[in-house]
Amino acid sequence: MSVLAVADHRRGELRGVSFELLTAGRELADAMDTELHAAVVSGDTDGFADELNRAGVDHVHAVEHGAEFNHDVYVQAVAALAGDLDAAVVLTPNSVNGLDYAPAVATRTGRTYVSDAIGLDHGDTLEVTREMYGSKVETTMEVSDGPYVVSIRGAEWPAAEGVGDAEISTFDADIDEDAIGATVNGFEEVGGGDVDIADAEFLVSVGRGIEEEENIALIEALAETTGATLSSSRPIVDNGWLAKNRQVGQSGKQVTPDVYLAVGISGAVQHVAGMKGADTIIAVNTDPNAPIFDIADYGIVGDLFDVVPALIEEFGGEAPSV
Amino acid sequence: MKVLVTVKEVAAVEDDFEISGTEIESTYLDYDLNEWDDYAVEEAVQLAEAGDDVEVVAVTIGPERAEETIRMALAKGADRAVRVWDDAIEDTELLDVETKARLLAAVVEDEDPELVFSGVQANDDSFGATGIALAETLGVQWAAVVNDLDTAGVLDEGVASVRRELEGGVEELTDVELPAVLTIQTGINEPRYASLRGIRQAQSKEIAPKSLDDLGLDADVVASSLDITAMYEPETESDAEYIEGDAGEQASGVADVLRDAGVVGE
Ligand SMILES: Cc1cc2nc3c(=O)[nH]c(=O)nc-3n(C[C@H](O)[C@H](O)[C@H](O)COP(=O)(O)OP(=O)(O)OC[C@H]3O[C@@H](n4cnc5c(N)ncnc54)[C@H](O)[C@@H]3O)c2cc1C
Repeated sequence: MSVLAVADHRRGELRGVSFELLTAGRELADAMDTELHAAVVSGDTDGFADELNRAGVDHVHAVEHGAEFNHDVYVQAVAALAGDLDAAVVLTPNSVNGLDYAPAVATRTGRTYVSDAIGLDHGDTLEVTREMYGSKVETTMEVSDGPYVVSIRGAEWPAAEGVGDAEISTFDADIDEDAIGATVNGFEEVGGGDVDIADAEFLVSVGRGIEEEENIALIEALAETTGATLSSSRPIVDNGWLAKNRQVGQSGKQVTPDVYLAVGISGAVQHVAGMKGADTIIAVNTDPNAPIFDIADYGIVGDLFDVVPALIEEFGGEAPSV
Repeated sequence: MKVLVTVKEVAAVEDDFEISGTEIESTYLDYDLNEWDDYAVEEAVQLAEAGDDVEVVAVTIGPERAEETIRMALAKGADRAVRVWDDAIEDTELLDVETKARLLAAVVEDEDPELVFSGVQANDDSFGATGIALAETLGVQWAAVVNDLDTAGVLDEGVASVRRELEGGVEELTDVELPAVLTIQTGINEPRYASLRGIRQAQSKEIAPKSLDDLGLDADVVASSLDITAMYEPETESDAEYIEGDAGEQASGVADVLRDAGVVGE
């Protein structure tokens, strides 16, 4: 028995969540009184394996196969390794690549799958804490029928530190090349263009609370009057109201301005991933329970259609009527 | 050619709500089509419009109430729908991923489509797993978090050339063989509004109910491994300073913060 944590990497680097997985995995392994194994599949497996040898890790397994993520390789490799180790829990990141292989590993190996855990424990059985309905509620659930595959949310556990004394070995997963039906042809950076919101020291950021495309003019006026750069949450870009290079968050830009003024943004985890490093966060939202207030330094519970025009006037501008 | 779209009616919670036991009281829930599925439906309808003789079938697991939402998919251009429901499903508090995949797989096996579109995740339980678990249950290819699909490749070459939206503004260019399940990300297209004509036509489109029996499954399939033991509002970690007063007072409070931070030139 063991807990097996599967690292995430891209273009030659382990992603940060890999080390968070080790912390979550060590805690869970302690609760289950068992060993923590880490695995890395593809890429610079030697280098990655050394990096994954952090305090608390008992064993690191390296599966050599190609340079980048391919879900067919991952599913085969992780299923084989989990079987070989008789792993009680396979831990994966709830990253975009995690979404692309973890459910398939669970299905192929007959394991129960739970995603996006923000808390883990093991008493009589596995206990997982996760959110539902956006971030409106948290639930704790008991998950019967192990073994399991569990994905964890990023930034919920601290990264594991310190050099460990793990045994490092390669694992021959005996990958069946004929069963690889996905071909990864390359990567492309998107969201370039006229402005880099990551350079701004003051961002005024607009979310779905703005309701209509016409109303964006109000936030543009605020940005102009205050000399701020305009950015947004994802739905504004999805709707085509602002260009992709304005999007803050997991799949957009990571920003660290002096001030981030969030207007009508709820503070979903994928958004927060892109802006939690701002020095000062100010949030305007009608919902006093909106998660954005959890990370805000200043909160304004109020209607943006009242507060924003007043703020424009405060700086001597004129609010467009929307 | 046939395209299947999995759709889900999801509940959104009002700003103020109450929890009783391990559920949100139903008066605080508003039901709608899952945001991601709206994009999945649009992607399927666009494929049908680009090709000859492409049938779009919407599939849902949901109670009778969900038919209203399913009609939205029909009004936007899906040809017909299948609704899976059963007393045994009704009695299950929270379906696990495996169950949803097995129920949908039974429908897919009946329908035998070349492509299945699912949403990346559902707004309510957000497992983000049904589509990929479905693909593996069926033994077909898949791609998760797709924000671009080459329609011509699907229609003419039998391959799905997709872009997967990774973190940090990076996209992965990937080809998968058909048949395949793709999980569709928001922003891949611009979902249309249902036209009045579409809404009228949807009234006469078929929504075929399917019980476990109809699908050749027995009640064991819905036994969930998930048991919700607690539901609560997350404790706020906020140490925000709240700026009170009317809008004018709040605005001047914000202005002070901005001036103190030195980001406005005054
Ligand atoms: C794989 C993946 C990647 C993602 N990547 C990103 C990303 O990079 N960036 C991102 O932002 N999201 C991302 N998302 C989406 C994310 O989950 C949320 O859906 C999104 O951030 C919500 O945007 P929002 O806060 O603007 O909208 P909502 O969550 O709808 O919030 C709107 C807010 O406005 C408030 N409001 C309404 N009216 C008013 C008013 N009159 N005055 C003041 N406040 C008002 C409401 O109370 C609410 O809190 C991603 C999701 C997935 C699955």
